[in-house]
Amino acid sequence: MAAAIARMLDSDLWWSFRRSPVTIASAVVALVCILGAAFAPFLAPHDPFDVATLNLIDAFKPPAWAAEGDAAYLLGSDDQGRDILSAIMYGARVSLLVGICSVVFAMLVGVAVGLLAGYAGGAVDGLLMRIADIQLTFPNILIALLVDGVARAALPPAVHDRVALFVVIFAIGISAWPQFARTVRGSTLVERNKEYVLAARVIGISQARIMLTHVLPNVLGPVLVIATLGLSNAIISEATLSYLGAGVPQTQPSLGTLIRIGNDFLMSGEWWIAVFPGIALIVMVLSVNLLGDWLRDALNPRLR
Amino acid sequence: MAPLLEVRDLRVEFPTRRGTLTALDGVSFDIAPGEVLGMVGESGAGKSMTGAAIIGLLEPPGRIAGGEIRLNGKRIDNLPYEQMRRIRGREIGAIFQDPLTTLNPLYTVGRQLVETIQSNLGLDAAEARRRAVHWLEQVGIPAAAQRVDSYPHEFSGGMRQRVVIALALCAEPKLIVADEPTTALDVSIQAQVITLLKGLARDKGTSMMLVTHDMGVIAETADRVAVMYAGRIAEIGPVREVVKHPKHPYTRGLMASIPPLDRRVEKLAQIDGSMPRLSAIPPGCAFNPRCPEVFGRCRVERPVLLEAGGTRAACWLYDPASEKRAPEAMRHG
Amino acid sequence: MLAFVISRILQALPVMAVVALISFAMFAYVGDPVAIMLGQDFTEAQRQALVASLGLDQPFFVQFAKFLWNALHGEFGLSYRLSRPVAELIAERAPATLELAFCAALVSICIGVPMGVYTGLYRNSWLSRLFLTFSLIGVSLPTFLIGILLILVFSVWLGWLPSFGRGDTVQVGWWSTGLLTASGLKALILPSITLGLFQLTLIMRLVRAEMLEVLRTDYIKFARARGLANRVIHFGHALKNTLVPVITVAGLQLGGIIAFAIVTETVFQWPGMGLLFIQSVNSADIPVMAAYLMLIALVFVTINLVVDLLYYAVDPRLRVGGGAARGH
Repeated sequence: MAAAIARMLDSDLWWSFRRSPVTIASAVVALVCILGAAFAPFLAPHDPFDVATLNLIDAFKPPAWAAEGDAAYLLGSDDQGRDILSAIMYGARVSLLVGICSVVFAMLVGVAVGLLAGYAGGAVDGLLMRIADIQLTFPNILIALLVDGVARAALPPAVHDRVALFVVIFAIGISAWPQFARTVRGSTLVERNKEYVLAARVIGISQARIMLTHVLPNVLGPVLVIATLGLSNAIISEATLSYLGAGVPQTQPSLGTLIRIGNDFLMSGEWWIAVFPGIALIVMVLSVNLLGDWLRDALNPRLR
Repeated sequence: MAPLLEVRDLRVEFPTRRGTLTALDGVSFDIAPGEVLGMVGESGAGKSMTGAAIIGLLEPPGRIAGGEIRLNGKRIDNLPYEQMRRIRGREIGAIFQDPLTTLNPLYTVGRQLVETIQSNLGLDAAEARRRAVHWLEQVGIPAAAQRVDSYPHEFSGGMRQRVVIALALCAEPKLIVADEPTTALDVSIQAQVITLLKGLARDKGTSMMLVTHDMGVIAETADRVAVMYAGRIAEIGPVREVVKHPKHPYTRGLMASIPPLDRRVEKLAQIDGSMPRLSAIPPGCAFNPRCPEVFGRCRVERPVLLEAGGTRAACWLYDPASEKRAPEAMRHG
Repeated sequence: MLAFVISRILQALPVMAVVALISFAMFAYVGDPVAIMLGQDFTEAQRQALVASLGLDQPFFVQFAKFLWNALHGEFGLSYRLSRPVAELIAERAPATLELAFCAALVSICIGVPMGVYTGLYRNSWLSRLFLTFSLIGVSLPTFLIGILLILVFSVWLGWLPSFGRGDTVQVGWWSTGLLTASGLKALILPSITLGLFQLTLIMRLVRAEMLEVLRTDYIKFARARGLANRVIHFGHALKNTLVPVITVAGLQLGGIIAFAIVTETVFQWPGMGLLFIQSVNSADIPVMAAYLMLIALVFVTINLVVDLLYYAVDPRLRVGGGAARGH
């Protein structure tokens, strides 16, 4: 363990991390977001889902620093008297959960398809990549919307509400797999012809094992970069879907849902209901994006 | 006759994260009007860099850190970009290595010739076009009047290099810096292109600095030759003298490693070791770790160009003040 | 030239076929259109009659062929939600979306390309750094949030521009345009910026990267050695060589703009196809979704074709023998 830590501190990645203040800052911000979301039930000042504690008298409170602000509601409250800050923390939880799960899902599908296409080659490769090409022609959000719409039409409402979260994860994940598949295929093609893979084949190691133990570790770098940048895209996609009313169920509001709710009160002057969740979303996405950019440059200095 | 180009103590530096690298150090030479100076050396010796410094197109962050370059007695190494631009093309022409990449693929060769002629000589479009066709004829493009509207990809490599030569000469510069003009071409075409270039330069009275690593080309084309090593000139002199009677131990090694045409040899000589990286040039003479005739002074004091019987060599062997000694390797051996 | 166009169209056909198959599958198997159209009370005979009249009792391929045939004639049946012909609904909404997409594309190209060229040429100037920071934020901002913030600032706080709708429109034949009235133009500003901003940052980053790449090439160095003016080198030689990749991405982005219009139209309650689509998704109105999907696919395929033709115009290397003469 100590050796592993020492090795990590000695690595190029760590060196380039320490040299970039922007990266350190975004890592800290991302960490705060993740911890704040993960431990929302312990950290949040209110429980926005506990109907017993909601009181309409507390509705539409502006942020604490405004004239009619209430110190108990730091970032104000919404139409139901829910504390915005708490709602953001719980909302970020849903946003992050959906984001991470859909990226992992896209990654699993994409890496598997990419490995298969790159390693099998020929007609299999041609077919899989053609599918990826066709899908890449269409924007992610359109595909996610379509999947979501089809699920809504195909499932009875009661069932749909129960599985809505999984539908969103599936919809976003399925819209993002081609990027992974393409990159992994490209790297696999390169690795496949390298001598160590040929050598492994000569000594009789099975194809599947070669792929998993030799090729896979070598394509992980680019996959990690796509996953990081993909996470920010997934969070944006989820927020967009929820904003459009096609995402997560109302009972589990994400940041996008909160912004959708706040949008209705924009014209009447209660700007904070939409703006603070929006800022939280921007901060989260920006920090993840900056980390992804750094990772890409650090793993592949030639790109600079 | 006053030299056309004078380079004095030219020093080019590259600031990098790990400190400043000196790519050229104390490079001095002249080129007389109408003269062809060959520049030879291994890759990385600084011969192309010298050419780039003269035309004022060093790749950033490279910069001229010392010395001076004079054209017709006028300093050109410290000119602002816009003034230097006016010198490029009409006073100093350039030819690059790879004709496949030097021509803009999206414009016809005629358009590239016309814009060069117009912007340097200020002629009207019709006259510029007439000259463009004329230049294509001069460099031996068949059916020039039709080919003038062709795109670069419609020419073969050798023909493209002819077009590049036309582009370099069309504003009638007094000096051509030709950087490996035949290296990227088929061997069968190299001789044609070099003959063309040599002929045109002679006809127009144009001076030329011919950068190449091909001693055959130098022997055939150049009047004088400069041998570069690790960013410095090792030896400079008339071609015959340098080829037949090299003075600097490096030049001798270089000449010995070229297969002679007139007789068979069993084994070619080679110089042990390799040229030092710019970040690790040894003190004293840069060649000293590889030199078979190295002695004490070579390790501490950097040699200047010294008269060496027909050529000038940067080697302490030719300094009467050096105490002549047997090479150390022998003494210790 | 003609062979090139035909080969491109042939390549596009499988894409359209796949999309048509997906649309049809949605149409035929998702939800139960019969139940939706019959409502609560019906007899078995009524149900059978409807099934027969919709052709749902016929084999898969017959149904698919029929669907295709109808689609080619612009027939997508009735909207479940509005009980009106889908084609009519879409035709009604198309002008709004197309005008919005056109303005957004204009914004993104007219601002994105110059910004990209500038940041490519003067990569270390403070303005370039500002542009790059701005672009990073641009990529991190979800479209709908940009719209909301613009509404908050320019409609709610400043009160300069309308926050929803198209303003007054003028009927030109069947096309209703907002480009001819002051209120229509005013209404276009915020949605166009919202929709174009992401594409703008993308185009800017792309042009910058391409510019940096091209400025390193030998032919640019040779152009300098020939004594050409910077203006000619940068805006003639360099910019033209960046155009091929820029056209590709800008073209594909134009398709993206039409798709992203869904979001922008929702934010600004813009009465276009996107708003229609999102309302259909929310109410599982399959015929409209299927038709919209086919239409978008057609738009993408057309854009790809136009992009290929533009290549043809820009890059002479593609003209000889359909690209066979590349290189030597």
